[in-house]
Amino acid sequence: MKIGYSEKVMEFFRNPKNAGKLEDATVVATVGSIACGDMIKLYLKIENDVIEKATFESYGCAANIATSVAVTELAKGKTIEEADKITYKDVEDFLEGLPKIKAHCAVLSVEALKVALTKYKIKTGKMLFDLKIAKKLLHGVIDPVSGNSILKTDKLKSVEVEDKTVKIVFSGKKDDVMSDIENQIREVFSDLDVKLDIKYEGG
Amino acid sequence: MIYLDNANTTKIDDEVLKEMEIYLREKYGIPGGEFGHVFEEEALEALEKARERIAKKINASPEEIVFTSGDVESNNLAILGYLRRAEKKGKIITSKIEQKSILEPFRFLSKEFKSVYVGVDREGFLNFDELSDEIKDAVFVSVQHANKEIGTIQDIKAIGDLCEDKGVVFHSDASHSFCKVDIDVNKINVDMLTLSSNLIHGPKGIGALYIREGVKIDPILYGEPRERGLRPGFIDVPSAVGFAKAVELYTREDVERQKKLRDYLIDKLLEIEDSELNGARGDKRLCNNVNVSFKYVEGEAIVMQASMFGLIVGTGSACYSQELEPSHVILSLGKGYEISHSSTRITLSKFTTREEVEKASEILRSVIENLRRLSPFAKK
Repeated sequence: MKIGYSEKVMEFFRNPKNAGKLEDATVVATVGSIACGDMIKLYLKIENDVIEKATFESYGCAANIATSVAVTELAKGKTIEEADKITYKDVEDFLEGLPKIKAHCAVLSVEALKVALTKYKIKTGKMLFDLKIAKKLLHGVIDPVSGNSILKTDKLKSVEVEDKTVKIVFSGKKDDVMSDIENQIREVFSDLDVKLDIKYEGG
Repeated sequence: MIYLDNANTTKIDDEVLKEMEIYLREKYGIPGGEFGHVFEEEALEALEKARERIAKKINASPEEIVFTSGDVESNNLAILGYLRRAEKKGKIITSKIEQKSILEPFRFLSKEFKSVYVGVDREGFLNFDELSDEIKDAVFVSVQHANKEIGTIQDIKAIGDLCEDKGVVFHSDASHSFCKVDIDVNKINVDMLTLSSNLIHGPKGIGALYIREGVKIDPILYGEPRERGLRPGFIDVPSAVGFAKAVELYTREDVERQKKLRDYLIDKLLEIEDSELNGARGDKRLCNNVNVSFKYVEGEAIVMQASMFGLIVGTGSACYSQELEPSHVILSLGKGYEISHSSTRITLSKFTTREEVEKASEILRSVIENLRRLSPFAKK
């Protein structure tokens, strides 16, 4: 039984290709948070629907850094349709495996890519902003307590989209965890022509 | 490799190993009764001698020492052993920063007892007023002597006095302070005390529980009665002998030397921008514990990269835990998730040298710089 990270993960952790901010990025997506202990900020430069450049900044463990390298390597040179088909399994395979407990890092890196591509499609008018899209973006928001997508927790009571306003209702009160979640939500909707209306009920 | 994860476990002392070897190779019997064949007699004699040597360190009598397989068993034996026979089912109190072998028995017992977890301040000191409030209808209190993550040393004399005053049995997990902080069981009102071997360069797989004369507990394992009927199964004699030797070899000079290295390392690490010490400074901190959080970076990445540079340290980050949970100790200090995820624990041993500590601070400085270069939060 092999214990620990693969050679490939360690190689990328040691020498993180594609790390750093991309000044001429077409689209930027941030998923995860400091509170979660895992965060990826993904920068894509897209021209004629082809990903020309992909870079990242990371706050997280070795697996978080290596999966960020993997997802940028996999996305580079692909069309947005091709990149949309990248799965967390592809990231894992690219890294020659990940410890089971670190699978969520591969998921998070792909989530960053999905959010980035969705934002790109909205910005370029390829996609109309609606409830389905709002939920797709919210999927990348992680509850730091459970480690699950906010859509899968009972904290979220409802999401509605009216014109260009996303109305989100949480149950309970606003606390440190909720402000972290709110920050994440602002991040995933940032740079889009969308207003946010976040409310709490039953606190 | 520079190993500075000595709150996890320590290297065995060569002299300990030498003494153990005799009982592994030559006198390898298992302890018999008061008489038996020569192998049994030799083994029993060595075991009883080891008990005396350990008892002496805390000024207890040998009859008050029960050998166990380590701190986890000692803690379980103290808590479950006492509370299973308790007639009054009242409140049982512990702190929020105990190790799992305290917290889990408390959780298990919460069906029968009311488990109360007292909080701590930002340096990890027990909230004494809260304890005084809660203790009124309590039957049992367990508060650690020193914390394994942040090194904060509790005033167990004051806690013991309060328990004595209210007639409540008091247990303390001293696995991380044993031999590093002086303990005299006749000067503190402690009824049971957990002692460990592998943190003081003794063998693993052995520990002890001090049980004050007159305190009645039940065994938690059943079999042929040994250790005053409290612990069935053979006690590993070579390990007991090694444990006793390790206790004797741990000196006050070892403690004082580590304190100096600890303070030097804390100063060096706090020179790194946006770093923060977890725990207290001075004599209320374990001589071998340093715990610093480095903002904008995550602890597992620090541990992994430090190990690439030849330095072994620990972290309270969720990413490094098998349950993916951030350290409950750092969270209990009220410092939030970020400080918990980036907390880096560097723990010295009596063999740690000045050169190693200097090198460790240099390695950590460059690791933090490297990782901050990748971080979206760090100032660039």
